[in-house]
Amino acid sequence: MSNPKTNYLKVLTNGILKENPTLVLILGTCPTLAVTTMAVNGIGMGVAAMAVLIGSNIVISLLKKIIPDSVRIPCYIVVIAAFVTIVQFLVKAYVPVLDSALGVYLPLIVVNCIILGRAEMFANKNNVVASALDGVGMGIGFTIALFCMGTIRELAGNGTWMSGAAWLGIANGINLHWDSPIIVFLLAPGGFLVFGFLIAAVNYLTKGKAIKKKEFGCAGCLAASACSAAQKGGCNE
Amino acid sequence: MKEFAIILISAVLVNNYVLSKFLGICPFLGVSKKLDSAFGMSVAVTFVMALATAATWPIYMYILVPKDLSYLQTIVFILIIAALVQFIEIALKKYIPSLHAALGIYLPLITTNCAVLGVTILNLDEGYNFVESMVNSIGSGLGFMLAMVLFSGVRSRVDASTDKIPKAYQGIPITLTAAAICSVSFMGFTGIVDGLFH
Repeated sequence: MSNPKTNYLKVLTNGILKENPTLVLILGTCPTLAVTTMAVNGIGMGVAAMAVLIGSNIVISLLKKIIPDSVRIPCYIVVIAAFVTIVQFLVKAYVPVLDSALGVYLPLIVVNCIILGRAEMFANKNNVVASALDGVGMGIGFTIALFCMGTIRELAGNGTWMSGAAWLGIANGINLHWDSPIIVFLLAPGGFLVFGFLIAAVNYLTKGKAIKKKEFGCAGCLAASACSAAQKGGCNE
Repeated sequence: MKEFAIILISAVLVNNYVLSKFLGICPFLGVSKKLDSAFGMSVAVTFVMALATAATWPIYMYILVPKDLSYLQTIVFILIIAALVQFIEIALKKYIPSLHAALGIYLPLITTNCAVLGVTILNLDEGYNFVESMVNSIGSGLGFMLAMVLFSGVRSRVDASTDKIPKAYQGIPITLTAAAICSVSFMGFTGIVDGLFH
């Protein structure tokens, strides 16, 4: 903490490994499961969410003294929704392929717990530079997790990798020419299964150190401060 | 009538919001440990989904579209839902305290539930009229309830055998695997609409 430089580096790397929003904090599960049928969609979703996250973190950090505490959650939602709308239109205009691939999950970035969670847990307590770096780190962590999910599901379920990535400048990707790919990986059950195995792998590789959240409790929930159940110890108590 | 039946059955069984569209995964995994909390949460979600559709559909069609403001859809919808949830909570607290005691704790969680915002956006994407939108919202809510209630039963069995599961696999990974198996069972409903109505 004495040296601000190392502090900022820690903020940046925190989201990538130690507090990976998807694989360790288990936030933002809906887009993680839904859009990762192709690796390139994972990257697209990750980058879109990262853009919103950086923008909202900066604005919320700048406005943290102005926003009254009692109405902060609605204020955050308005800021985030504005950035989501901007990103939505940029994607629609420049990468229409991605827009049709992500579909309803693009506007649903508004309710992605990662973004509101970082606003509540980080941006309203830290300065602008740290908040922007936190947005970058968390965004990269989210993108990496989605890319891993997408890679596994696309390879197993379709026998291809990075196909449809023309907008990233990659011509055709890799095609393994499988006779019978395991299509269930592209369907809904495959999403749950691959996500479960990825989290288990992270738990195993970090020898249990990464198991921050053994259960889905109220601790990581952004609504916890407003929720009467969380203050009593959670809905399951 | 047939139209509505098709929408209802496909919303509840075929395109189940949780198990095939991946909307509302957080409450599905977070509040499914006990049957009564799973049921309470899904009643609250169904209720808010229906009211949110009843509020957003007319506002979109009669205010945003004529004024050429449809690009504000995302912002307007999330604000309507947030305000609506707050209003429902206040109204329930004042007029029906017994219902507030049962559902009130789940209401704050619903504002940021992607299933609610998702259903309002998907209704417009699908081009449903008002009645069809309401049927779709209620059906989606019922599908959410079905998945939650079924999964809470599976979950209690999984949790009871925690000590037999490898350590790295305990907790969230085994829960997700159980959800995958539930999802496989819902794939069995694929084609049921064609079989029944065509």
